[in-house]
Amino acid sequence: METLGHLAHGFSVAFTPMNLMWCLLGTTLGTAIGVLPGLGPALTIALLLPITYQVAPEASFILFAGIYYGAMYGGSTTSILLNTPGESATIVTALEGNKMARSGRGGAALATSAIGSFVAGTIGTLGVAFLAPVVVKFALAFGPAEYFSLMVLAFITVSAVLGSSSVRGLTSLFAGFVIGMIGVDLQTGQPRFTFGSTELLDGVDVIIAAVGLFAVGETLYMASRRYAGKDEIVPLKGSLYMTAAEWGRSWKAWLRGAAIGFPIGAMPAGGAEIPTFLSYAIEKKLSKHKEEFGTVGAIEGVAGPEAANNASAAGVLVPMLTLGLPTSATAAIMLSAFQSYGINPGPLLLTTQADLVWGLIASLFIANVILVILNLPLIGLWVRLLKIPAPQLYAGILVFATVGTYGISQSPIDLVILYLLGAAGFLMRRFDFPTAPVIIGMILGPLAETQFRRAMTISNGDWSVFYTHKLSLTLLTLAFIGLAGPHIWAFIEHRRRRGPEHVPGDA
Amino acid sequence: MSTINQPAAPSRLAVPELLVGIGLLACAGAVAWQTLAIPVSPLYSKVGPTVFPYLTMVGLVVLSLLLILAALRGGWQPEEEKETPTDWKAMGFVVIGLIANLLLIRPLGFTAASVIMFVLVCYGFGSKHTLRDALTGLILALAAYFGFARALGVNIGAGFIENQLNTVIDAIIDALGG
Repeated sequence: METLGHLAHGFSVAFTPMNLMWCLLGTTLGTAIGVLPGLGPALTIALLLPITYQVAPEASFILFAGIYYGAMYGGSTTSILLNTPGESATIVTALEGNKMARSGRGGAALATSAIGSFVAGTIGTLGVAFLAPVVVKFALAFGPAEYFSLMVLAFITVSAVLGSSSVRGLTSLFAGFVIGMIGVDLQTGQPRFTFGSTELLDGVDVIIAAVGLFAVGETLYMASRRYAGKDEIVPLKGSLYMTAAEWGRSWKAWLRGAAIGFPIGAMPAGGAEIPTFLSYAIEKKLSKHKEEFGTVGAIEGVAGPEAANNASAAGVLVPMLTLGLPTSATAAIMLSAFQSYGINPGPLLLTTQADLVWGLIASLFIANVILVILNLPLIGLWVRLLKIPAPQLYAGILVFATVGTYGISQSPIDLVILYLLGAAGFLMRRFDFPTAPVIIGMILGPLAETQFRRAMTISNGDWSVFYTHKLSLTLLTLAFIGLAGPHIWAFIEHRRRRGPEHVPGDA
Repeated sequence: MSTINQPAAPSRLAVPELLVGIGLLACAGAVAWQTLAIPVSPLYSKVGPTVFPYLTMVGLVVLSLLLILAALRGGWQPEEEKETPTDWKAMGFVVIGLIANLLLIRPLGFTAASVIMFVLVCYGFGSKHTLRDALTGLILALAAYFGFARALGVNIGAGFIENQLNTVIDAIIDALGG
């Protein structure tokens, strides 16, 4: 098969000593930042973006992909031992995993999550390898109008459908649009939203936005919440070897989790919340040990969601590599790394950058093998990282935030922008606005605008292109259903159950 | 309808959320002001550089009105979040640390400014070992400067500490190479 040939070629790229080293570095770093609360893959990759000026694209994407996968593995360790989910994708792992750790089965929880991540990550990566060429064939038929409508659909799903409130999600997205529009308009050369400042003509660097929202905002929030109480680390007890019964309960959950996670991740909706919660619900329903859920911790409740999380993380790479459509903050930052190399991710990427894409996919298989080794025999090392006290951890994060920001152009103005965005990030954390849509809106907004203007230019200013093209109309309809559907559904349900009554706004 | 017999949810005005909504409305106003300031060439009258800014502005206005409406109906914050008091002192020290870094990075260089920020932030987070923190901060800042900045080829502000060390390192490299 064609794909196998490409994969073989990819392995020949990934198996060079230098690229193996980048993979090892990325997975190690990824695990570390996944373990540390307050640090995530989006922030780390943003801080490392300057590396794109130094090394070949293959090397930096192998590094970034290692960080991306590694953070998924590391995040589950924190969820299980500390009950502080580093990111939304590992909330569900914390539910049962932490209960297991408290009842002395932390070792088994860590093992099932690491091996499950390996199984699902490998299945998911295979999925990327085989699905990407198929999506490309489909995507070649896309014109600017279709691309624009697809992006509208992605905007709606990442901000309004996922997350706790569509109004707050969309607010974050629109704030991202504004940040993305700052600077010179590339088509007409007009400055926009610069408030007359020459520093803003180049726009706001994605590094500053990511670091401001994720590092400075998070640090301010953690400082303000010191009275909220702390989670203590559950000491690691129990053997890391799973018993036969535990294997028996885990493997089906891994496969089911992967089967749920990958397709949802690969859809232009992304997000790990839905697949992990779905997998948890299914495992709870199918389990023969329902009494363990929520009490001593059920191993299926860790195995399934953890597999779903990793498979969906792999799935997110499909729209990213084939359509140039990032559906998570990390993917959006990787997209900006592509832009930094002057590479446009899209249907042509697989043919024009075959070395890069297939080398990247091959390195993901290698990363999975490295990660399962890093995360099981060496688990003790990562548990030690959890013991870094909060004051030094957050102060250190701010030092690296300064390096990343000030390094861009040695301008104190950049630090001012960083702190303003940090203040915004704090308010967003405090008032429950999701931050990922800001980054997605900032990166994808200008691309959507370009496609919109291209479509309008081709159609000679006729708006009807967006609804006379069948595919475009379908995508826009789906977006509308995604936005309005849940509200209409809730309204009907509400009428049926209780009759109309005043509902406090769900915004 | 008359079927309601449970007490209606208290729909008190939520002041913090209302301020968030009003703040966002003000942001939408700033977007409108800046959009009006974009000069439009008649050549690009079809889809000029202002179409998306206007769409974004309308979106922000609608969203901020929805947020204000939600705030009038009692807000969206969970009780738990409301009840945890904000630690203003800790936040204050973090903010002072950040501002100190901003003001000192030019005159003192990255490492010295970072150490000062590190100590202030640690203190804000409740650390009592100021001297140890200063040492940790120094090691971390130097690691960040030499490991990260020099390896990535990123130029971050060098002050007296970095210059001294750079001279020493260059001398060592020269000695080894020569």
